[in-house]
Amino acid sequence: MRGSWFLPAASFLGFAFLYIPILSLIIYSFNDSQLVTVWGGFSTRWYGELLNDAQILGAAWISLKVGVLSATIATVIGTLAAFVLTRFGRFRGRLLMTGMVTAPLVMPEVLIGLSLLLLFVSMELALGWPSERGMVTVVIAHSTFCAAYVAVIAQSRLRDMDDSLEEAARDLGAGPVRVFFDITLPVIAPALVSGWLLAFTLSLDDLVIASFVSGPGASTLPMVIFSKVRLGVSPDVNALATLIILIVAVAVSVAGWVLYRQSKRG
Amino acid sequence: MSAGALDRAGAGRFALPLPLKITFGLLVLLAAAGAVLLPQNAALLLGGLVAAVLVAFGLGRAAGISDRWLVIAIPMLWLFVFFLVPFLVLGRISLSEAMIARPPYSPLFEQGADGWEYAGSFGNYQFLAEDPLYASAYISSIRIAATSTLLALLIGYPLAYFIARSPEPRRSILLLLVILPFWTSFLLRVYAWIGLLRRDGVINGFLMWTGIIDQPLVMLQTDFAVYLGIVYTYLPFMILPLYANLVKLDGALLEAASDLGASPILTFFTVTLPLSLPGIIAGSMLVFIPAIGEFVIPALLGGPDTLMIGRVLWDEFFSARDWPVASAVAIVMLFLVVVPIMWLQSVQNRQEGAQ
Repeated sequence: MRGSWFLPAASFLGFAFLYIPILSLIIYSFNDSQLVTVWGGFSTRWYGELLNDAQILGAAWISLKVGVLSATIATVIGTLAAFVLTRFGRFRGRLLMTGMVTAPLVMPEVLIGLSLLLLFVSMELALGWPSERGMVTVVIAHSTFCAAYVAVIAQSRLRDMDDSLEEAARDLGAGPVRVFFDITLPVIAPALVSGWLLAFTLSLDDLVIASFVSGPGASTLPMVIFSKVRLGVSPDVNALATLIILIVAVAVSVAGWVLYRQSKRG
Repeated sequence: MSAGALDRAGAGRFALPLPLKITFGLLVLLAAAGAVLLPQNAALLLGGLVAAVLVAFGLGRAAGISDRWLVIAIPMLWLFVFFLVPFLVLGRISLSEAMIARPPYSPLFEQGADGWEYAGSFGNYQFLAEDPLYASAYISSIRIAATSTLLALLIGYPLAYFIARSPEPRRSILLLLVILPFWTSFLLRVYAWIGLLRRDGVINGFLMWTGIIDQPLVMLQTDFAVYLGIVYTYLPFMILPLYANLVKLDGALLEAASDLGASPILTFFTVTLPLSLPGIIAGSMLVFIPAIGEFVIPALLGGPDTLMIGRVLWDEFFSARDWPVASAVAIVMLFLVVVPIMWLQSVQNRQEGAQ
């Protein structure tokens, strides 16, 4: 790379590109005017309107519940998959499992959404379950694609982990279940926490898959936001975005701090 | 060793640092709260899942099957049923015909004069092949995804290189800054660009205020906005694999090249670039594959003539309500992304092998 100015300058522009849209959202959430470019003075009126919007609040509540449940299921499944792939050596179906863990990461969302919806419809015809689409089907869909993300994070942690610890415990007579809960789980716990958080935000954020598999009465927050912003800019969405960004920034900082402390210790 | 030390060592068995204990406690509480607050059938689903797993382990032990197979079976079955089987259903419905009924497609087997008859056909695929709309939507999706990937590479490479060459702790902070936007809502970050790009948006306002232009530029609802949206949202996916690759680059190789008289530019093109090729491929595939089927970005930022296959599929399903044709569109898209997915997988396997 030529000169000492090129890289820092290009990186600065890159970071500006990443953050200017976010900053503009935050700034304009405090704009009193309904028009985007016209600065009508500082105001928090959009936050007030947000708190009175029953549709958005209801959808946020649904999204929160779906997120907590999906992230928990995804963390269990993803951790198991990662454990199997890193610790079990060769077994029949390993290739299939690797593929099924990697593919959801890049698979276009419309494909996952449509195919899962058709599965649910066929299951309903054949088994009578799920009798209607709604929160349960969204949770199943989110758990599935989020599990892949958790698996990737858990896998890299399991691979970096010193497996002589597990061996030592086994030599001292601990059974595999005990080894997992006493040694492996505490060591990979930080990775699982960040995996859970990632799964939670992905679930909270998903529009496409939820739109396919959800039913009447179970509109998630992104579905409501999308129907609002499709018609143009709406300032209360700016306020909502600012709140979400704030929560995420705090959560990521806390998680980063925990991981940092952890790495200094270990 | 004193008894006290032994005690402490014993307590160390479960030694989770306090913040983690708190986090775990919160997680358990949240999950419990989720189970209570959820409608009955969702709580039932969760309870049923846990019960099924426990019963499976109990039965397995009684039957003498090793736990190993059960541990493999849980994630395997879940992913099989909810990820792989859906694509089979997709393929099956793509062979049906649309009907005004519940479900809105024809059965694959029909009761004929002598027993069941196979009633599937490739009619939907023929329809896709005959209507030029679909072919041009696929081509334009690939074109838009490829252009955006190239742009993301051009922007992401210097950034990844800069971060990889930064000293700690600056490196960790910069890396966090790249990942942070990825954690905030994707939908809202795309939405942010509407406010920036509109006719009366922030960018036009700024440019007119400085006097660079005196007529607002049309930026929203163009292909340009779609490129911008894709590059913006998928940039972290490009930077992270590139960074992971570049950070392992041996500085001694660069020194050797410059000691032998190579200019920095020559060194870059003959040493750095070829060595970072796996990172380039991985990053490009992580942007290119999901971008092909992208729906939100063309729907919010693109114009009415921005043709992308994800959007066509969406309209076919939600507006035209033709499930079989939507399925056929999806199956063709699946074939389109399978080749790059396999390529990505093989690159990643090779990298793992090299480590």
